Amino acid sequence: MSTREEIAGGLAEILEEVAGVNPDDVAEEKSFTDDLDVDSLSMVEVVVAAEEKFGVKIPDDEVPNLKTVGDAVSYIVKSQA
Amino acid sequence: MSGLLEGKRLLITGIITDQSIAFSVAKLAQEQGATVVLTGFGRLSLVERIAKRLPKEAPVIELDVTNPEHLAGLEGKVREHVDGLDGVLHSIGFAPASCLGGGFLEAPWEDVATAIHVSTFSFKSLAVACLPLMGTGGSVVGLDFDATKAWPVYDWMGVAKAGLESTSRYLARDLGPRGIRVNLVAAGPLRTMAAKSIPGFAVFEESWAKTAPLGWDLNDQVAAAKACCALLSDWFPATTGEIVHVDGGYHAVGSS
Repeated sequence: MSTREEIAGGLAEILEEVAGVNPDDVAEEKSFTDDLDVDSLSMVEVVVAAEEKFGVKIPDDEVPNLKTVGDAVSYIVKSQA
Repeated sequence: MSGLLEGKRLLITGIITDQSIAFSVAKLAQEQGATVVLTGFGRLSLVERIAKRLPKEAPVIELDVTNPEHLAGLEGKVREHVDGLDGVLHSIGFAPASCLGGGFLEAPWEDVATAIHVSTFSFKSLAVACLPLMGTGGSVVGLDFDATKAWPVYDWMGVAKAGLESTSRYLARDLGPRGIRVNLVAAGPLRTMAAKSIPGFAVFEESWAKTAPLGWDLNDQVAAAKACCALLSDWFPATTGEIVHVDGGYHAVGSS
């Protein structure tokens, strides 16, 4: 189990590694595509890396619903519960 | 009983996610006793992450099938991991956006040429690049989508697949004397990364499941993977230039 802050921090690390996003730009209200310029293939890798880091499964059908960093954090929190 | 692919050394292209048909082939092949080497294109870091999800992590070689240097260097890179190849899986296709999803009459030649280079000519390029590694009993398998008909939205990718089917027959002709078989698996629509990037892909989904005599599961890559593994094995020793349909039987019937 991780807190929302820990998960958001973990996602920021992944976004930096995978898509070169500045960790300072990552916040819960930011949109992956519109604010952080994460393209679709990068998003696939972010999801794969997040699954490994947080020990969760994020189904493909769910990914389009994860529009913001906060959406992803909420999904991971729910999955870890 | 030992595995279907016990001791086989396979080169598997085309993994990008664990939904990729090639991922299912690699997984099944390892479970059946094969040693697998992967090639990846573009997002190599993603392919390497996915490679860790196989039963046994497999090495990943960077390969752009349109890059002559990559093709020329492939033999040496494969030899860093295995001393030869018994089989090769071609699971590669790409078409620029103009070539898919409608607009067949407008797509410019440059884009169509790219689609054919990556999706059709590469079958020959990959086979030839692997020839020095293969001997009698070798098997080359490619992933096809039935190209005998014009489909909705598939457009120039359909033309590229028609070319792939023909390329496969000519490869079968020219590699047969070396004892190497060349075959295709024509799978029904599967929800892979490649499929999801086709605008309007959903039009296939309903009709396929409804019409195919056996029904069709859009999320089951294993059926196509089993056919690929069977063709890579010794169990089709006299079959080449063939297209095996793994489509629930859709190709055999009129629309319901």
